[in-house]
Amino acid sequence: MTIELKCHKGIGGRVEGEALVADDNFSARYDLDRIKGVFSRPQHKLAGQSYVDKILVLNTAKGGVASAWMLHEMTSRGIAPKAILFNSANTILAQGAALADMAMCDRFEGGDVTTLIENGDQLIVDPAAGLVTITNR
Amino acid sequence: MKLTDEEKAMLAGEMGEAKKWAIDHQMQVGGMFDAIDLVPVSQGHMMLDPESIGEAGVEFLEGLADAGGKVAIPMITDPRGVDLNNYRPLGQTEDMANIERRTIAALERMGILMTNTCINYQTIMPPVQGDHVAYGDTGVVIYSNSVCGARSNFEGGPSALAAGLTGRTPRYGLHLDEHRVATKRYVVREQPRELTDWGVLGAVIGKMAGSYWEVPVIEGIDSVPTSDEIKHFGAAMASWGSTPLFHIVGVTPEAPTLAAVGGEGLPVTEVSKADLDALRSNFGAKGDKVDVVVFAAPQLSLVEMQQVAALCDGKKMTSSLIVCTSPQVYPDAKRMKLVEKIEDSGGMVLEGTCFYQQCAREIGEANGWKKLMSNSAKIVNILGGYGYEPKLASMERCIAAAVAGEVV
Repeated sequence: MTIELKCHKGIGGRVEGEALVADDNFSARYDLDRIKGVFSRPQHKLAGQSYVDKILVLNTAKGGVASAWMLHEMTSRGIAPKAILFNSANTILAQGAALADMAMCDRFEGGDVTTLIENGDQLIVDPAAGLVTITNR
Repeated sequence: MKLTDEEKAMLAGEMGEAKKWAIDHQMQVGGMFDAIDLVPVSQGHMMLDPESIGEAGVEFLEGLADAGGKVAIPMITDPRGVDLNNYRPLGQTEDMANIERRTIAALERMGILMTNTCINYQTIMPPVQGDHVAYGDTGVVIYSNSVCGARSNFEGGPSALAAGLTGRTPRYGLHLDEHRVATKRYVVREQPRELTDWGVLGAVIGKMAGSYWEVPVIEGIDSVPTSDEIKHFGAAMASWGSTPLFHIVGVTPEAPTLAAVGGEGLPVTEVSKADLDALRSNFGAKGDKVDVVVFAAPQLSLVEMQQVAALCDGKKMTSSLIVCTSPQVYPDAKRMKLVEKIEDSGGMVLEGTCFYQQCAREIGEANGWKKLMSNSAKIVNILGGYGYEPKLASMERCIAAAVAGEVV
C-alpha cells in the first residue's frame, strides 16, 4: 500500500530514498560535519547519524545563509542528502536547493510532516507535482 | 511568474549565460514562494567563504565570470574566510587561501566590490526605508529590515549574486507588506544594559519565535539602543530564530505604535529574567579554562574597537584573543592606535573576516582551541556544531578571562 502526501510545489527533480526523520530544525553550518556526512551538533536529535543519500524530514530551517552554498558543495562531493522535506522551509534552504539541484518540498496538507513520515519509510519525492509518496506501508 | 520583455530576454539567454543562470535560479526560488513577479533592487550583498563554497563553488563562480557575467547594481561582499595577511598564524592552509584568492579574482571580474563586511549598514551605504535590496548575512538583513526599514529576504550567496546580475529579485516574503506585520508579541521585563544583554535578549526572542516567517514585535524597552546594541540584538535573533525582521515599539521605523504593525490583537508573551538566565546558563561557569576569546559576529564597529582597546591597554593575555573588524574600520582603528593596543597585549586583529566563517573547525584543531569565550550571542550559537565549548560573557569579562586564562 502507498500513502500520498500533498505539499506545496517545490524545487529540484524527482527522487526516491529512505527517510531520516526528526522533530528538529536544520542548518548545514550549525548542525553538520560535512566531511564525515553526519549530524555533529550534540543537541540535535539526529546527532551522530549519517545523512548521506537520505531524504531528511525536519521541521524548519534555522540559522544563517551559508546553507545556500553548502548544499551545492556537499552535492559536488557526493556526501549529501537526496532531498529535504520541511514543514516550513526558509528562503535560504530553497535557494540552496535550487543551486544544488536538490529536491526540496514543504507545507504539507496533512499536517506535521515529521509525524506523517516515519524514520526508515521509503519515499518518492516529486517536487514539481507537490507530491510525496510513502511506498512501504 | 510575470516577466517583462527584458526579463524574458534574460531567460532566453539573449543577455548572456550568466544572466540566464541568474534569472532561472530566481524563477525556481520565486516559484516555491509564489512570487508573482520580480522587484528591482538597489544593492546586493553576498555571503561566501571557502568552507561554504568549496572547490565546486569557486568553479561555479569562475564559470559565471568566464561567461562574461557583470553585476547590474552595486554589489558588495560579506566577510572573507581568510585574511590573506594573517592566515598562516591561524593555522589556515594554502588550499583555503587559494580558494579565497580565486574567489576574489572571479568576483572582481564580475564588477563586485570586495567590501568584506557584515556591518555595511554602519560603514558603507545603509539602505533607506522602503528600499528593496538583496542582502545576504542574516545580521545584515535583520538590521536593514528592522532598523532601516528596508526590504530584503535572506538572500544566500547564490541568490544575492543572481540579484546582482539581473538587478532584481523575486517579490515574495519581506518585499510584501503582508509579511511585515507582527505575528508574535513580546513584553520585556528586564532592561538590557550592555551588548551581551542585548544579544541574549535577541537570542531568547529568536528562539521563541523560531521561524523565518514570524515577525516579533517587542514592547517594554525603555531606552533607545545604540547602533551596536541593536546590531547584537538583531544578529542574535536572526541566528537563534532564523528571523529576518523585528519591530520595537517606539524605536524602529515601522512601529511608532503597536497598532502600526498590527500587534494589538496578539497574545502577549513575557520575556522574564528567568528566560534570559536560562539561555546564559548554557555557556560557561567560573573557573573553567579559556583557550581563546573571540570578538566577532558581527564585525566590530570603530566604537567597539575603542572599547576593546581600552580594556586591553597595558594587559597581557594568557588565552588567545582574536578581534575581527571590517576593512573600512581597520585603517581608522590602526591610525588611532587601537589596533596597536590590542596587539601589544597579545591579541590579533583580523581585517575583513569573521571568525566563524574562517573554517572554524580546522583553525580550532590547528590551535588547540576548544573552550572559546565571546560576548556575541550569535557566535556561541554557531560554534557548538564545530566542536567548540562556547562561553558567553560581557566584553569586560571576556578580556578579564583572556588575561587570567580562565573564566573569572
